[in-house]
Amino acid sequence: MSTTVGIRPASEAIEARGRRVVGLGTLMAILLVAGAVSLAVGTRALSPVEVWHGLFTVPGSDQRLTEITLIMQTVRVPRTVLAIVAGLALGVSGALIQGYTRNPIADTGLLGVNSGASFAVVTVILLFGLANPYQYVWFAFLGAAVAGVIVFGLASLGRGAGSPLTLALAGQGIAVFLTAMTTAVALTDQASLNALRFWNAGSVAGVGFDVIWPVVTFIVVGLVLALTTLPTINLLNLGDDVARGLGVNITLSRTVGIVAITLLAGATTAACGPIAFLGLMVAHVARYLTGPDYRWLVPCAGLLGAVVLLVCDIVGRVVTRPGELQAGVVVALVGAPFFAALVWRGKFKTV
Amino acid sequence: MNETAVKRSVTPGLRLGRASFVWRPWMVFVTLLLAAATFLVFCLSIGVGDFPLGLPQVIATLFGQGERVDEFVIMDLRMPRALAGLIVGVALGVSGAITQSIARNPLASPDILGITGGASAVAVFLVTVSGGAATAIVDSVGLSAAALAGGLGTGLLVYFLAWRRGIDGLRLILIGISVSAVMQAITIWLLATADIRDVARAQAWLVGSLDNRSWGEVWVALWCALALIAVVSCVAFQLRPLHFGDEVAAGLGVRYSMVRAVLLLCAVLLAGVAVSAAGPVPFVALVAPQVALRLSRYPTPPLVASGLVGALLLIGADLVARTALPITLPVGVVTAAIGGPFLVYLLVRANLRKGR
Repeated sequence: MSTTVGIRPASEAIEARGRRVVGLGTLMAILLVAGAVSLAVGTRALSPVEVWHGLFTVPGSDQRLTEITLIMQTVRVPRTVLAIVAGLALGVSGALIQGYTRNPIADTGLLGVNSGASFAVVTVILLFGLANPYQYVWFAFLGAAVAGVIVFGLASLGRGAGSPLTLALAGQGIAVFLTAMTTAVALTDQASLNALRFWNAGSVAGVGFDVIWPVVTFIVVGLVLALTTLPTINLLNLGDDVARGLGVNITLSRTVGIVAITLLAGATTAACGPIAFLGLMVAHVARYLTGPDYRWLVPCAGLLGAVVLLVCDIVGRVVTRPGELQAGVVVALVGAPFFAALVWRGKFKTV
Repeated sequence: MNETAVKRSVTPGLRLGRASFVWRPWMVFVTLLLAAATFLVFCLSIGVGDFPLGLPQVIATLFGQGERVDEFVIMDLRMPRALAGLIVGVALGVSGAITQSIARNPLASPDILGITGGASAVAVFLVTVSGGAATAIVDSVGLSAAALAGGLGTGLLVYFLAWRRGIDGLRLILIGISVSAVMQAITIWLLATADIRDVARAQAWLVGSLDNRSWGEVWVALWCALALIAVVSCVAFQLRPLHFGDEVAAGLGVRYSMVRAVLLLCAVLLAGVAVSAAGPVPFVALVAPQVALRLSRYPTPPLVASGLVGALLLIGADLVARTALPITLPVGVVTAAIGGPFLVYLLVRANLRKGR
C-alpha cells in the first residue's frame, strides 16, 4: 500500500498495479486448490482419481463408481459451488456496505437483510408449518429483499437521501425491530425456534442445485451491478459535495449499490442462513492488502471471502468427524482470533 | 469580560466559580421532560397489577405518606421490578453513550465490547450442558452470577486485548467485534446441538427479563450503578473534547488516554450491572444514545439524557408487555420492538424537515 502524498512516478503506479494483479492471481490459485480439496474431503474421503471419475463418469455400469458419482454430484459439487459463490457474494457486499456507510463496523447484515430473512423463516413456519429448509429458502430471500427495500426507502426520504449515517442507523433500527419480532415468534412457537437455531448457524451444506442455480443467478446480477459502481464509490468517499462536483449522480450510484448489496447478501442468506462477520473481516483484510481503492479492494474482498468460506467449510467437515461443524460457526471461531491478531498488530486503517 | 459581551455571544455561557457551561435551554428542557416522563412511567408501572393502585396513591406511598396495605404492595412486591428496570435502563443508556463517544461510531454499543456475548455464551452453556461441573456451578452461585462473571471476563479480555499504549477507538471496536463473534458462534453452536427444551429455556434467558426480581439483587445492582455513575460524572466533563480527536483534546488539557480508559472501564462495568439485574437486554444501549441525541439536538450522545431514555424505554416496554399485549413477552423483546422503529421515525422526520 502506498501512502505517498503528492504525485507518484508512473513506474511506481505500474509496479503497484502489477503487485495487485499478482495478488489477485495468487488468491485465484488458492481458491482452485481449495476447491479441489473440498471435492475430496468429507465423511467419505475420495482420492484424486475418484474425484476425477466422479466428475466425469456417467453413472451406470460399475457399482463403486456409481456411488462415487452420486456423492460427488449430489453432495460435494453443490456445497463447493455454493461455498465459493456465497463467499464471493459476502466478501463483495461486505466491502460495498463499508464503502457506502463509511463505517468500519458495517457488516452485510446491517441493512436488515439477515433479520428480514430470519423473520420470514419463522413466520412461514408459524403460519404454514413448513418443515423443510427447501420450502422456505425463497421466503427467506423475499424477507431479506423486503427488509433491504424498506431500509433504503426510509433512509432515502427527504434530503440527505441515503447518507451514510442515515443508512446505517435506519438499517440498524429496522434490524432491531425484526430481530425482536423473530424472537417473539420463536419464544411462542417451538417449531419455529427449532428451525431458527439451525438456520442461525449458517451452513453451505444440504442445498441442491435446484436452489443453487437461482441463487447464483441473483448473485451474478448483483456482482455485475456492484462492478459498475466501483469507480463512483471512490468519488463518494471524498464526500457528497466533491462527488457531485466531479459529475457523480449520487442518488443513482447509491441506489445501484444498495440494490447490489441486497441481492448479494439476500441471496446468500437465503441459501446458507446468516453468516456474520465474514464480510466485515475480509473487507478489512482486503483494504490492508490493496489499499483504499475500491476498484481493487472489492474484487480482492470477494476472492478472499470465497477462499475463507470454502476453507472454513472444509475445516468444519474435518474437525468433528463423523459429524460436521457449520461453516458459519467455523468462520467466527477460526477467523475472528486471526482477525483480532491482525487488528492488534495495527494493520488496519479506518474506512 | 464584562456582562454585555457575554449576553451578545451566540450561545450564552454560564459561569459558576471555576466551572463554566454552555447554556442550552432546549437540552435542559428535554432532559427535565425526560426525567418527569420517567418518573411518571415508573409510578404507573408500580400501580399496574392484580391489585391496581392509582397514581396519587403510588406517589403518596413513595414519599412515605401511604397506607399500610399500599406500602406492602408497593415496597415489597412491585418496587424491586420497577427499580430493576430503572437501573438497567440508566446503566445501558449511559454505557452506550460512553461507548459510542469513545469509539466515535454510532453503531458501537457495549454489546460489541463482549459483555453480552460472554454472558450469553456462559449462560447457554450452563443451561444446555447438564451434569457435572455445569450443574454444580449453577447450584452454588446461580445462573445470573455465573453469566455475569463470564460477561465481565469477556469484557475485560476485550479491554486488555485492545490496550496497546492506550485505547484506540477503531482497534477497540474491531477487537470487540472479533471476540463477540467467537462468543456468538459458541452460543449458536451450543443451541444447535442441545435438546430443544433446554434451547427454549436458554432463549428465554437470552432476551433479558425483569420477572421475579428480589430486593437483594436490586440493592447490589443499585449501589454498584450509583458508584459507577458517580465515577462517570467526575470524569464526564473531559469526554466532550475527545470528540475533536486526540491532538485537540491534549491541547485542551485533557489526559485523553486516562479519561478514555476510566470511562470505558465504567461502561463495561455498567453493562455488567445491567446483565446481572435483567440478563442481556439487547439494543437499549445502541438505541438510547441515538434517540437522546436527536431529541435533545445535541451533537454528541448526551450522558444524562441517554440514561433517561434508556430507563424510559425499559420501564415503558415492561409496562406495555404486562398490560397491552395478549401474550407475555420478555421485556427485551418489547424494548427492541419499540426502540428500533422510534429511532427510524426520528431519522426520517429529521430528513424530511431538512427537505423543506
